[in-house]
Amino acid sequence: MKFTNVAELIALTKSEGKKISEIMIEAEMEQHNRTREEIIAQMERSLEVMQAAIEKGINEDVKSRSGLSGGDGKKLTQYLAEGNYLSGATILEAVSKSVATSEVNAAMGTIVATPTAGSVGILPGTIFATANKLNSSREEMVNALFTAGAIGLVIANNAFISGAAGGCQAEVGSAAAMAAAAVVEMAGGTPEQSANALSIALKNMLGLTCDPVAGLVEVPCVKRNALGAANAMIAADMALAGIGSIIPADEVIDTMYRVGRIMPVTLKETALGGLAATATAKRLEKIISGESLT
Amino acid sequence: MKYQSVFEIIGPIMIGPSSSHTAGAARIGRAARSLFGRAPKKATITLYGSFAKTHKGHGTDVAIVGGLLDFDTYDNRIIDSLVIAKDLGLVVEFIISEEETKYPNTARIVLEDEQGKIEVEGVSVGGGKADITQINGFKVKISGNLPSLLVIHEDRYGVIATIANVLGLNEINIAYMEVARKEKGSLAMMVVDTDQAISEEIIGKIAELPYVRQVALLIIK
Repeated sequence: MKFTNVAELIALTKSEGKKISEIMIEAEMEQHNRTREEIIAQMERSLEVMQAAIEKGINEDVKSRSGLSGGDGKKLTQYLAEGNYLSGATILEAVSKSVATSEVNAAMGTIVATPTAGSVGILPGTIFATANKLNSSREEMVNALFTAGAIGLVIANNAFISGAAGGCQAEVGSAAAMAAAAVVEMAGGTPEQSANALSIALKNMLGLTCDPVAGLVEVPCVKRNALGAANAMIAADMALAGIGSIIPADEVIDTMYRVGRIMPVTLKETALGGLAATATAKRLEKIISGESLT
Repeated sequence: MKYQSVFEIIGPIMIGPSSSHTAGAARIGRAARSLFGRAPKKATITLYGSFAKTHKGHGTDVAIVGGLLDFDTYDNRIIDSLVIAKDLGLVVEFIISEEETKYPNTARIVLEDEQGKIEVEGVSVGGGKADITQINGFKVKISGNLPSLLVIHEDRYGVIATIANVLGLNEINIAYMEVARKEKGSLAMMVVDTDQAISEEIIGKIAELPYVRQVALLIIK
């Protein structure tokens, strides 16, 4: 791999005068002997699937088999359209699209894992909302996916990207970090600003538990995608405002890794602790497992 | 480096794991896990027939590994199984085979760790169902939802009787039994379907019998 951590990635952007997305595209071409056209086409296909999932979640009446999730993406979109919201329009749009995507995943629709199905909503939600705000081209959105992918690769190779191994900080945290970096590039920020954004986003999710109610990727996963998206947008804005992360990206990623290692197993996707162990969760679990799943 | 491609991070594109072409694959994986009795360190998965041709697009690879991680067929964490396996240190290798097999959707799974190794072959028979057709070189046909007791033992007179005796003493009725051996005097395997449930205690008793090498309860969940 051309870069094994964020510092190396940023150094490459500097020495070669290229964006993170371009470094990733070239690394992929080189590593796997594939043409640029092939790689771009494959990423474009993912963007299409993401768009379809967002549209499905917002326009259709999506409901999961368990009944634990569905319909919130639609609700938020309507709330946004009515105009009487407190937060910003772009951030709420990112959140509503993230929620919609996450609900489609829970309802067994077609999605793109970014990097996992548990954190599926964050990257599409933030990229599409940002694209709307900035009038980004399709190419810029595809590039954003490559930037997100580069950050994701670094995190995956140095820490974890699954809740089972590292808690939700590893899934939603990683996706938020990836999205923050990607959105900074879309807004014309520098690679260093992307690095700051990912650090700020990930720092804010350290220690986040993986505690899925009834073991399903729904509660609180869908709403974690919501806040992960919001986190990414704020982190991106802070970085673009010139705010730096005191702790550099690689050290923040390593912290997530170390925290993930110490986290008790009951808080890592085992539905034995956290929210999964509440009275309500236990009651819901009984009801759900009582239903026929075949 | 564990991860080498951007498409391992942005991807896979998947439909939920409840579709019948992934459910069968997931069941084979889970049956193998159930037989191994613990989380494996390494999994070598050989795909034959149409499994081999469609494995990436249809999520067969993701589904089988989901089963190895002991996920239920409807668990939508299956989509993340390759990532979870990597994160948890389970090494997975896929081999695509050109070999002709008896049935179209066949997978052979070898699971291992420092303590031992097993080999399981299964077939996805459609509608989300799976049959187990081979275990450690013994041909079997295990399908359906009822648990089957599997006992691997040395091929000697009296062993089958002692096992049947343990079941009898515990008031367990044998509904179906099949015995097979690889060659005279080596290892044999017995598959027993029973009317009553078999407890951990009874499995323990059978495991302690002379000449019994391995005992497992297999359910294709």
